[in-house]
Amino acid sequence: MLQRRIGKRVFLRGCLLGATALVMPSVLGAREYGGTNMPWAAGVANLPHDAMHAARFFTPEEYEMADAITARLIPDDDTGPGAQAAGVVDFIDRQLAGFYGRGQRWYMQGPFPEPLETQGYQAPYPPAGLWRAGLAALDQHCHQAHGQGFAALDGPTQDDVLKGMEKGEVDLNTTDAASFFDFIREMTIEGFFCDPVHGGNRDMVGWHLIGFPGARYDYRDFLHHNGAAIDMPPVSLMGRPAWNAQQGQRGTGNRKGAR
Amino acid sequence: MTEIHRSIDVVLVGFGWTGAILAHELTAEGLQVLALERGGWRDTPTDFPTTHAPDELRYYWRHEMFQETAQETQTFRNRRGQTALPIRRWGSYLPGVGVGGAGVHWNGQTFRFLPSDFLARSHNQERYGALPDDMTVQDYPVTYDELEPHFDRFEKLCGICGQAGNLQGDLRPGGNPFEGWRSNEYPNPPMEMTFSQDRFKASARDMGLNPFPAPSANMSRAYTNPLGVRMAPCTYCGFCEKFGCGNYSKASPQTTILPVVMQQSNFRLRTHCDVLHVNKDRDNTRATGVTYIDAHGQLHEQPAQIVILCGYQLSNTRLMMLSGIGEIYDPATGQGQLGRNYTYQVMSGVDVFFDDAFTNEYIGAGALGMVVDDYNGDNFDHSGLGFIGGAYIACWTTHARPIESQPVPEGTPEWGSEWKRALQQNFLRHTSLSVHGASMAHRENYLDLDPTYKDRYGRPLMRMTYDFTANDRRLSEHITPVAAQIARGMGGREIKVNALDAHYDIWPYQTTHNTGGTIMGETPADSVVNRYLQSWELHNLFVMGAGVFPQNAGYNPTATVAALAYWSAHAIRTQYLRAPGPLVQV
Repeated sequence: MLQRRIGKRVFLRGCLLGATALVMPSVLGAREYGGTNMPWAAGVANLPHDAMHAARFFTPEEYEMADAITARLIPDDDTGPGAQAAGVVDFIDRQLAGFYGRGQRWYMQGPFPEPLETQGYQAPYPPAGLWRAGLAALDQHCHQAHGQGFAALDGPTQDDVLKGMEKGEVDLNTTDAASFFDFIREMTIEGFFCDPVHGGNRDMVGWHLIGFPGARYDYRDFLHHNGAAIDMPPVSLMGRPAWNAQQGQRGTGNRKGAR
Repeated sequence: MTEIHRSIDVVLVGFGWTGAILAHELTAEGLQVLALERGGWRDTPTDFPTTHAPDELRYYWRHEMFQETAQETQTFRNRRGQTALPIRRWGSYLPGVGVGGAGVHWNGQTFRFLPSDFLARSHNQERYGALPDDMTVQDYPVTYDELEPHFDRFEKLCGICGQAGNLQGDLRPGGNPFEGWRSNEYPNPPMEMTFSQDRFKASARDMGLNPFPAPSANMSRAYTNPLGVRMAPCTYCGFCEKFGCGNYSKASPQTTILPVVMQQSNFRLRTHCDVLHVNKDRDNTRATGVTYIDAHGQLHEQPAQIVILCGYQLSNTRLMMLSGIGEIYDPATGQGQLGRNYTYQVMSGVDVFFDDAFTNEYIGAGALGMVVDDYNGDNFDHSGLGFIGGAYIACWTTHARPIESQPVPEGTPEWGSEWKRALQQNFLRHTSLSVHGASMAHRENYLDLDPTYKDRYGRPLMRMTYDFTANDRRLSEHITPVAAQIARGMGGREIKVNALDAHYDIWPYQTTHNTGGTIMGETPADSVVNRYLQSWELHNLFVMGAGVFPQNAGYNPTATVAALAYWSAHAIRTQYLRAPGPLVQV
């Protein structure tokens, strides 16, 4: 159970300051420059985002990584479309760009000492910061361990990296790999199964997979189903596109053929 | 500059279930009543109509219905000696905010406590001998018989749907044979059960248990309550707990009482007003009113003749601590009452997976369930078991909301194709049983003020020190296997037992049944408020809510919270207004 696991893991390992901070984008915290630690690096520029790119929070590189990760978590396979078809990465990107990414409703005052396993989310930054730091560290890990970034790895290698994160065996510097993995998984599931009004679960592919009929509000006619399958295509808060489409846009998955 | 308002008869701090009840009772007495609510106005057509309400991400996962931890939270640790850290993101429980409070987003499971639950110390000691020293359980200073008319009133207000098991002493088939006597049938018949409940009922009956339909605040038919407010039949949409009901089918302050209260000429509501302090006179015998801050940061002082705390248990307890009313409990010495006997709920469960049958759990309602009470309270012999109290075992079909509900069998990976296939196969073929256990008070489970973390006004957060006790573990280990046996008899392919965690964890959702901290009792030496919920220290201060429970029973608390509010309101109307002063002499 994701809910169960996320709280059992420790988000913060070590301190944000120090040598490892060099791999993090500057938004993440205070740093000290001087001596051999200069605030510039040869050949590196903070380029503007490609204006044609849909990303709102992610950089193009982060977007590509997040897309690749979520595609492994919920793959496109013989059960049906996966995270990519559902637009999960766009959902996550929008969420991180908004109040949720900023942790606007959360108590985020310090201090942030090492937490117990039972004390829940204790990262010193809100979700957007967690993703930024975590993806940067993951990319660095992949370059060191496999010679290229996560998105460029083949599927089985990507799965191995993710399994390593899940077990907490991958070192992501100041980010706890297992906790970050759980958070990625949580938001991937949100993006796959939320109402399409939030930008994920595109064409209700998540709901079609499992047979959830969506934002309906009256099931009284079906109360006494007595264990039979019910054929009911899903509806979104935006309405159901199938109402305006050709016949045949019916439920799949569990409902296939069931009348 | 603090703006000072004209004195008023009664100020209510918080405007959820108890605030609405007190407002109704005291305006009827002709008093000028003002409610201060730190959240905003909310109502069905504007805030959660059927066209918006079934939005799992927005309301549950993004906390649209809940208090923001940025506004008020608690710090938490399992035991003394550990460093408590703030709850940054709600998990285990979900305090409400705004008009209607958590009464807007509850499920509607509306049980009365058992008569013996009110006598947790004396009844159990008489039957089983002395309780352990560290178990600080005590009797309620009010009996079931005294509360019965007030339970009845709340059930009629809400239109609770159920089937009497004990009507004025006559046991009725199909109801709960263990329940306390009822003066009246439920105002509405039980909800219609669906497939999973039918299977649960058959399996429980085969075991010789006594299943009955859960008392529900989701309407089984159209209902007009005694105030003339009308509710609509439940449509089993599966969006109750964590959501507002778009269909006027779930009893909430909005759907039962506010349409009347809001029109009383002697009632006023001010929203977005956060009460910071209860003020008191120099003699420390009376509250003089409250200080609050509005959404613009303006401070206000509101003098009042009577102050009634109607916030959530956690907020009421903290407000009393910050106001210096009473002594904060210290577990090292056992001194102090405020914050003592914090209790919760002891939860476990069993999943059932079917192969050939569809449970279609999205067809559900917050209080749609079959229950057995054979292992609740003292309904069974505890001799030699090493614990007191019990749990109900229920098969609820509350929802199949797909972000929250991810049923897969034991041993399934948590992602990838194998997980996806398992979810596809089991999502519509799964149900679950809940074991909803009592939580007995313990010397080391308590609330006080945190030494480090402050709120946005610079005031200490409240600190929770809590873990499951030996009593909790034995209770859960004894009753969870009974649920597993019922589950096995339901004809599924396999089951999965979800046992009580080794330690209480603040992240996974359990229940919003936080109790204790401002407990009621016989004397100032064992409690914060007397049997009428009146402060021992300030006689014109009354404290509502589950904070007054000396310990929690194996039931959802709302009906008992509401019955106590009516009981207290009755005492204010019939006794206190005639002769303001302490209602219990010690």
